[in-house]
Amino acid sequence: MAEVEIKQENLVYAKPKLITNQEMHYCPGCSHGTVHKLIAEVIEELALEYNSIGISPVGCSVFSYNYIDIDWIQAPHGRALAVASAVKRLHPDHLVFTYQGDGDLSAIGTAESIHAAARGENVVAIYINNAIYGMTGGQMAPTTLLGMKTATTPYGRDPQLNGYPYKIADMMALLDGATYITRQSVHKPANVRKCKAAIKKAFQRSMERKGFSLVEVVTTCSSGWKLSPVASNEWMEQNMFPYYPLGDIKEIK
Amino acid sequence: MAKIKGTIIVDAERCKGCSVCIASCPCQVLALSSEVNGKGYSFAQMINPEACTGCASCAVICPDSCITVYRQKIE
Repeated sequence: MAEVEIKQENLVYAKPKLITNQEMHYCPGCSHGTVHKLIAEVIEELALEYNSIGISPVGCSVFSYNYIDIDWIQAPHGRALAVASAVKRLHPDHLVFTYQGDGDLSAIGTAESIHAAARGENVVAIYINNAIYGMTGGQMAPTTLLGMKTATTPYGRDPQLNGYPYKIADMMALLDGATYITRQSVHKPANVRKCKAAIKKAFQRSMERKGFSLVEVVTTCSSGWKLSPVASNEWMEQNMFPYYPLGDIKEIK
Repeated sequence: MAKIKGTIIVDAERCKGCSVCIASCPCQVLALSSEVNGKGYSFAQMINPEACTGCASCAVICPDSCITVYRQKIE
C-alpha cells in the first residue's frame, strides 16, 4: 500500500507556531506542556498573538515566558491576579490571563485571587491543580487530598494535623464577579480537546468583558507523586476526580 | 476501497519518553525506542505504522509538542 506523503496538504497536526523551539524544563509527561500548547493554539485561533499579555507565577511554570511567544510579566509569588487586574485596566483591548499553580493561586495568593474574582476583573486565570508543591520538592499543598502522601505528610494528610483540602473554584463560583468557572483535565485526548474549548471560551469572554473566568485544570505531578506519567494519569482518575469533579461549575451567559 | 492512512513524525531530540502518547493511541501504533536521544531518553516511534489512521490523539496529548501528524486518503 502506498505511503502517506509528507506534504503541507496532508498535515493534520503540528506544533503551534507560538510554542518556541526551546525545550521545556518540565519533567517528562508534565501537564504544563499540554496546557501551554492549548493556550498557544487558542491565541493563534483568536488572532491575538500581538495583543496577549500573560502573567506567569512562581512555581514550575515560572518560565512559561520562555515557551509561549507572547508578552509576559512575571509576578511576585501569588500576586499574578493583582498584576493582571492592573494590566487589564491599563490595556482593556488586550487579552490578559494568568497562569498559576495551586501553590500560587490557592495558597499564598488566595486573597489576591478571591478579590480579583470578586471585583469581576475581565481577566482569565488558568489554574493548574496537581495537589502538591511540585517545584520545591513535593510538599503538601492546601489542595492535597486527605491521606495523600507528600514530602511533608509522609504518613498521608491527616485532617487533625493538616486540615482539609479545599476547592477554590467552588468558592469563587459564589462570587458575583466570577462569571465563568470550569474544571477540566488534560489526561486523555478527549479531555484535552474539551479543555481547549474551555480556554477558548474563557478568552473570548474576557475580550467581551463578561467578567472574571477561572479555568481549573486538574493535572498530574509525576515527580511529586512518585509515579510514572501514565500511572499518574490513572491515579488522578481514581483519586483526584472524585474530589475535584470535572465540568462547568458556573456560567453566566 | 479508499482508506484513510496516517503517519507521524516524532521530534526525537525534543521527546522525553513520557509514554502518554503510547497510552493514548487507539491503534497501538507507538512504542518507545531502544536507543536514546541526546538527553538520554528513549523516544516514541512507530512500531506498527500500517495501523495508523492519523487521528492525532498522540500529538494532541504530547506535552512537549514533538509529534507532527499527516493523513491522506489512499485509493
